[in-house]
Amino acid sequence: MNYFVELTGSLGRQFLGFLSGLGDATRLSLASLSLLVVRPWQGKHLILQMYAIGVGSLVIIVVTGSFTGLVLGLQGYYTLAKFGSESLLGSAVALSVIRELGPVLGALMVAARAGSAITAEIGIMRVTEQLDALEMMAVNPRARIIMPRIVAATLCLPLLVAIFDLFSIAAGYLVGVELLGVNPGSFVAEMIAQVTNHDLNAGWVKAVCFGFMIGVISTFIGYRATPTTEGVAQATTMAVVVTSVGILGMDYVLTSFFL
Amino acid sequence: MLNAKGVTKKFNSSIALDDVDLHIREGAITVILGGSGSGKTTLLRLFAALDMPTSGSIFFQGEDVAKISRKHLYELRQHMGMVFQYSALLNSLNVYDNVAFTLNEHSELDDQVIHTIVVMKLEQVGLRGLEHLMPSELSGGMAKRVALARALAMDPKVVFFDEPTSGLDPISAGVITSLIYDLTKAMHMTSIVVTHDVQAGLGIADHVVLLWQGCVIAEGDADSIRNSTDPRVRQFIEGRPDGPIPFSRSTTGYIDDLMHAPGTVRL
Repeated sequence: MNYFVELTGSLGRQFLGFLSGLGDATRLSLASLSLLVVRPWQGKHLILQMYAIGVGSLVIIVVTGSFTGLVLGLQGYYTLAKFGSESLLGSAVALSVIRELGPVLGALMVAARAGSAITAEIGIMRVTEQLDALEMMAVNPRARIIMPRIVAATLCLPLLVAIFDLFSIAAGYLVGVELLGVNPGSFVAEMIAQVTNHDLNAGWVKAVCFGFMIGVISTFIGYRATPTTEGVAQATTMAVVVTSVGILGMDYVLTSFFL
Repeated sequence: MLNAKGVTKKFNSSIALDDVDLHIREGAITVILGGSGSGKTTLLRLFAALDMPTSGSIFFQGEDVAKISRKHLYELRQHMGMVFQYSALLNSLNVYDNVAFTLNEHSELDDQVIHTIVVMKLEQVGLRGLEHLMPSELSGGMAKRVALARALAMDPKVVFFDEPTSGLDPISAGVITSLIYDLTKAMHMTSIVVTHDVQAGLGIADHVVLLWQGCVIAEGDADSIRNSTDPRVRQFIEGRPDGPIPFSRSTTGYIDDLMHAPGTVRL
């Protein structure tokens, strides 16, 4: 009986903790975004963050994008060859990359690389009292630290996803046309014929949403990290896990809007 | 200048400060002494409005800091400086930019004037010529001095010091202590120093406040604290391990704890 009470009690506490965390995250992100309207000129800090998140993630985006395209070329050819429709390979690769794999894999890579770095950086600023020091120097840490990172992540991810898409499709072409002998004309023609503006919209809307989510979750978890060494370590892990799960969950919702 | 009226601060269920009334005199060095866990850093953070009291109020120049807008609080903060326990220099900026930070943020001064001020502040703390170093290249004592120069950059009316000498060797600690004294007197500032370093604290204090378990147990000038007959005060300034402030924090019986192996039920 006691165990049952304890079990439900702890489940309830965890659920309440989750809800209050969600509420806090919403409040913090809204407060940070309202600062965007009140004091938009954080130009230098925004550009520094865009450099850190965007340029910093470039290599990993190019590498993962290329491998994704290579694999898609092989798998797509294998499947399509069963129906004798290898000529559709171009549209198959392009549609799956633009609508789905580009935004999702790109976002997962940026969450792992840049999101975790943001959480660790802000967590360490909390541990070493740098956030309090900013506060004491009459500089709002939400305006200076959090807001530029959320905006930078939201702006950078669509650009990174575009690069991911480009390298994926090029790699798919390489495998399909150069290695497996698909007709280059039909590869490109099918791609142009099948990919519509609707598909492109689905891609960049997803990228913007995922970028915003990476920014909000990584900054929030870092900002609220327990100010100890373990606290920062836990926060960093949690930021990656929560954003990854969040990206996959949100992907389902967004995909259902863009069918 | 600063007043605490009936200030209580709770963290979850534990009481860090219990109904503290305190008046900080303008132009004086107030030293808040106390052991670890006595609530002295909490009190400092409340004075600096980094935390808000659970009940009671903090007044800065007659204004309740809990009731003013963030904008106005930031205006007041431009007259405050704080030296943090671990210096809290901004990692991404070098010494010069750390000291110049508030000037760049809040003043309309041109770069030449800011440069002059920064060099003067660094000269005051004896670190002129090290402007280009990054915080990671500084020793603990040097970082504290840079933090002091940064806190003084805007010529504040009040400076808060959180454990200014902890973790420093005796020479660095002596340097920081005498800097606090000399600069407070030269610049007519009000300084509030939180420390557990009894000798250094009593040496520079105009006014001493002794905290124990969240309560003020003694208050007065340095001599009245040195000559106090209160056994708790005597124990603290003489550093005796046991006395009215007990050595043991345990609340259960020693024999009981020894007799009961892990996992058995306590009767």
